Amino acid sequence: MEFNLIDFLLSFLDMTVLDYANEVWGDQPWLSPLLSVIYIVVIATVVLLLVFVVGWVERKVLARMQDRIGPNRVGGRYGLLQMVADVVKMMTKEVIIPAGADRWAYLAAPVVSLATSVLLFAVLPLAPGVVGVNLPTGIFYVMAISSVSIVGLLLAGWGSNNKYALLGAFRAVSQLVSYEVPLMVSLLVPVILAGTLSLVSIVEEQTIPYFFYVPLAGIIFFISILAETGRSPFDLLEAESEIIAGFHIEYSGMYFGLFMAAEYIAIMFMSALFASVYWGGYNLFGLEDLVLANGFAIGRPLGFTFLIVKIAIVFFIFMWVRATLPRFRIDQLLDFNWKLMVPLSLVLLFVVVLLDKAVNIYAPGITEFGRMSIHLLSNVIIGIVVLEIMRRRARRKREAEEGSDGGWRMEPVLAESDETQLAHAD
Amino acid sequence: MTSEQVVFILAGILTIGAALVVVTNRNLFHAALALMASFLGVAGIYITLDAGFLAAAQLLVYIGAISILIIFAIMVTRRMMQVSETPFNSQRGLGLFVAVASFLIVAYVILRSQWFGAERFSEKPPVEPAVLSNTVVMLGASFVNPDAFALPFIVISVLLLAALIGAIYIAWPRQRIGTAEDEA
Repeated sequence: MEFNLIDFLLSFLDMTVLDYANEVWGDQPWLSPLLSVIYIVVIATVVLLLVFVVGWVERKVLARMQDRIGPNRVGGRYGLLQMVADVVKMMTKEVIIPAGADRWAYLAAPVVSLATSVLLFAVLPLAPGVVGVNLPTGIFYVMAISSVSIVGLLLAGWGSNNKYALLGAFRAVSQLVSYEVPLMVSLLVPVILAGTLSLVSIVEEQTIPYFFYVPLAGIIFFISILAETGRSPFDLLEAESEIIAGFHIEYSGMYFGLFMAAEYIAIMFMSALFASVYWGGYNLFGLEDLVLANGFAIGRPLGFTFLIVKIAIVFFIFMWVRATLPRFRIDQLLDFNWKLMVPLSLVLLFVVVLLDKAVNIYAPGITEFGRMSIHLLSNVIIGIVVLEIMRRRARRKREAEEGSDGGWRMEPVLAESDETQLAHAD
Repeated sequence: MTSEQVVFILAGILTIGAALVVVTNRNLFHAALALMASFLGVAGIYITLDAGFLAAAQLLVYIGAISILIIFAIMVTRRMMQVSETPFNSQRGLGLFVAVASFLIVAYVILRSQWFGAERFSEKPPVEPAVLSNTVVMLGASFVNPDAFALPFIVISVLLLAALIGAIYIAWPRQRIGTAEDEA
């Protein structure tokens, strides 16, 4: 195929430019590395620039939910340039290295945090046929990289030579390592439903989004990503009122900005992952495969738009939760994880594995809708059972605390007995 | 030089350089960090060998879990962070001898072996693309295949289960065990 400037520019519009380049220069050895480099540069830049938008949106929406106006001075009526001004401010501030800090660890921490966040986007399918690398082990790659992100927090906490920072790092590790378990297990449920580890294939398998198959697993996944990104109500690692800012207390200037950017990018990716593995990613009723009569693949930009809208909705729920719920205590947080989320997600995984295999063996010709109904039914039953168990346990605990007469004789509860109760609660 | 070789050399320099820092650095915390970098280099080498799954497992297990565990152990061990002792002791000569001998043996074996049909060890063995894109499925199938790794897989599972039960037993509150004995 000959190079044609108009076709080339048009291929940008319908996002087939990668395919176009492959058709024109496909036999050149330099094409694949060049395309990779361009894709990396574009994605990393766009993702970093999106932080401006996301940060502004979050401040504005949070302000509205708290009956405030939010930023409204810089950049016109809506404070559109507030984040730009903030970044300029951060850039001009001095980066202070505290006395006694572990210089290497201190300086490497924000870089590691940001790099791991940006690296995740390599496997995210943006539209049909538009993805950085279609790894056969995409989900596994995401798990691996997100487990490395803890290293950044540890480095910051230790390197800062600050007790609050170290406390923040300890909290971060206990929280992130714990919540990684339900996160990964609930991520395995779509993997089993789709029968592949590749993120692209998982998205393409979803003619019905997996959230309608396994809503419980979806909810567990959502709660886990809230905890993994350290968002309220799980923001113990930077709890302002307890340990001031946790691991990034000593950071100033753009080094602090890098941590902020890393956090927002991780949130964006986790929202995108939730939208992709549980809500069908760029799929919406087959519209994403639409091609116009003249060969213009309008489905691709459409699919990209659907993905963005889905990410925005998930991100909105993130902000909603943040504005609504108060912070957990650390023992509540770990109890909630190890006594509810982990067992429940493991049970769900087993049920999904057994049910899906049974469906494959006994009803091989079943429609997608029938398969969905079976999984949904099992999820509803598990949900009811879990709620019933929790209700009974809570009632037993309440009766033990208050006495069986409904708690009219309230005794002063000592902090000490409270602690021993927590230690022995099962 | 192909791009693959460039990546291999960079990953090799990272691995060996970081490994040298691990054994020569006086600060234990820095040594642990360098160990992480070394693991990262090994993951890079796996990628050049088209073993993406292995590379991700390397990141997940060694950097995400084992290194964090090591750093945590260093952090919660009293006065471990400030101590900066020399990592060498009187057996350094013996250690050097063992290291060089192991290297020579491994290098000899690598150079003498036939590698899956490749003529020399520096050549990449011919692998079908269909196999490469399907490694995870083949790995999973061989784990449950009685002719392949089903038995070792189950033995390892039992071992892990035993370790888990042991961990629970050790972590169980002592008080409760004590009262049970008192009652008996």
